[in-house]
Amino acid sequence: MAYDDSDAPGTAGRHRGPAPVAVKILIAGGFGVGKTTLVGALTEIQPLRTEEDLSGPGASIDVIVGVENKRTTTVAMDFGRISISDGLVVYLFGMPGQERFWFMWDDLSHGTLGAVVLADVRRLADCFPAIDYFERRETPFVVALNNFPGTIRRGVDEVRKALDLDAHVPIVDCDARERGSCRDTLVTLVDHTIALAGAGSREPSPAGRG
Amino acid sequence: MGPGPVVRPYALVRGRTRPTGDALDVISMVSSVPGGSPDPVGLEPEHLAVLRRCGLAMSVADLASALDLPLGVIRILLGDLRDRGLITIYPPRAEGLADIRLLREVADGLRRL
Repeated sequence: MAYDDSDAPGTAGRHRGPAPVAVKILIAGGFGVGKTTLVGALTEIQPLRTEEDLSGPGASIDVIVGVENKRTTTVAMDFGRISISDGLVVYLFGMPGQERFWFMWDDLSHGTLGAVVLADVRRLADCFPAIDYFERRETPFVVALNNFPGTIRRGVDEVRKALDLDAHVPIVDCDARERGSCRDTLVTLVDHTIALAGAGSREPSPAGRG
Repeated sequence: MGPGPVVRPYALVRGRTRPTGDALDVISMVSSVPGGSPDPVGLEPEHLAVLRRCGLAMSVADLASALDLPLGVIRILLGDLRDRGLITIYPPRAEGLADIRLLREVADGLRRL
């Protein structure tokens, strides 16, 4: 009865009435930097998980070369949901960090409102790929420094220099375990997106195009 | 946990890796067409499970998670159901990203968390 869920107790994620407007925010960064923790701190439910299959759509041929004997490789993707109102839902997607899963990034980032790049100050280089990616796609993003206990705090200026970030890209401190801290990070991102949309031409191009 | 699927996911969709029609965003909302009584011929139990789940609008990602199927498989199932006119798909509004009012609504909503 795996699929007999018609009387399942929860209707989580389902919406009465007209379909709500959904927007998505991406959470990127290196492996183990706290992406799932951040999603979990903010979402109204346990982070959900879905899988994509490396042999599925979007998998490029060269990903498979050399691992032909491995039948399937699935990549788990954590996501969460924040209902702003009956008519508006924000989805948070943790982007798989490892290079071999980058084929999923284009799919996820299409039409995104923006991205949070979580960075561990001890391993700043881990977030270079994400920063390169969002800069190239002109996707609004903020850098959130997840200050793990025991790490020496590094100044914003120092980090900006190390990451070679444009002056307008916000850098914030973020404790991924703290709901308030994560919320503030998202607010900073959306405010940044608004500023960019306002500063753009009269016909700003949606992020993720091209 | 049960014994797990006895059919590998892509066997459900007969080896297809791409859905028919336009690409489906992970946050596209899906709802089944009210009153539709599907002709079961050619439909797998998973198609019917999708229809049951999205009596109320639900996102593609939520459906994949709820039914524990890879996104790629869910997209193909949804493409089949769309072709039969059994579901309505609401893609995310691309122009919404340039819609300052919508963005403000998101920012204000997040501040209230």
